[in-house]
Amino acid sequence: MDIAMHMSDGIVDVRTSILFGVVAAAGLALAAAMARRDLDDRTAPMAGLVAAFVFAAQMVNFPVLPGVSGHLLGGALAAVLVGPWTGALCVAIVLVVQALLFADGGLSALGTNITNLALAGTAVGFLVALALRRFARRGGRWLFAVAFLAGMTGTLAAALSFVLQFAIGGSAPVGLGTVALAMLGVHAVIGAGEGLITALVAGAIAGVRPDLVYLLRGQRIDPALPTGPALPAGPAMRGAPEVRA
Amino acid sequence: MRSRRAVLAGLGLAALLTAGGLAYLASPAPDGLDAVSRQGCEQPAPAEAAARGEAARGDCIANHARESPLAGGPLTGYTVAGRGWLTGVAGIAGVLVTLALGAGLFRVLRRRERAG
Repeated sequence: MDIAMHMSDGIVDVRTSILFGVVAAAGLALAAAMARRDLDDRTAPMAGLVAAFVFAAQMVNFPVLPGVSGHLLGGALAAVLVGPWTGALCVAIVLVVQALLFADGGLSALGTNITNLALAGTAVGFLVALALRRFARRGGRWLFAVAFLAGMTGTLAAALSFVLQFAIGGSAPVGLGTVALAMLGVHAVIGAGEGLITALVAGAIAGVRPDLVYLLRGQRIDPALPTGPALPAGPAMRGAPEVRA
Repeated sequence: MRSRRAVLAGLGLAALLTAGGLAYLASPAPDGLDAVSRQGCEQPAPAEAAARGEAARGDCIANHARESPLAGGPLTGYTVAGRGWLTGVAGIAGVLVTLALGAGLFRVLRRRERAG
């Protein structure tokens, strides 16, 4: 079990696995129903590619502390790019592929993993991004900061969700306080990495086509608002894509 | 202003390059959850402690983790038949499967444009 990234079977008891299996199923069913509103012929291909990218990025562990690495979760990034509902589905697909094809993450643990990463991680990441959306729309450094915060909080939410599951039905006689402290501490650092990657990728796409970024769609921005440091994204942030001279 | 297709292609290319190439540079250290799961395991194992006449001192989450029933599969652990140097191949396979599943699901879910 050396290159596994997600919860294995057995970490929580059967009852808890079942409970969160139900939570995951309900959450994904809701996500699917709601995602229909956001998905059309134009946005569906983007969603598939976001899922593929999240899968790829999750493979690239980066060192965060001596002897500890982290990897992208991707929920916040997916939510910023394709919306929270589609984003949750993207992450869920990644988790399913990882569990079935790569034995990464247990089978009975799929419910808990989906709950933590696809639901909690995506939801919280998006809620933070949404709350700060008017700042994100300024582009440049503002978007970077918002995406960073979204990524970081999403990661922490996923970690907290695990701690909750462990509290409910963890099978090891390890103190809850110890686990909580360790999980949140490590994932605060990992969350910074997540935030950075989220910000860079979202920024890269927003820099060329902000209309392809879910978070940035909608109202036109007041052109009088400062857009941060001079960036190609400046004029493009005002709404409809412009042809560059 | 890049075309939409260029952005999508860029994302796809990024995914393939990341999974097929960047993955080789991935840190082998255990990730956050894994590391926390192993906390406490540096205590002497119960059998060893008993042999020394000591009370078993600690346990860790990892001791309770079970291997996936799919653990023997050809792509387990992001290798190909156990060959770590083929992790890029495993990664690209994963990217393609994810893309296929995603494309399939999102096509089914999408609202179709009304004709006319």
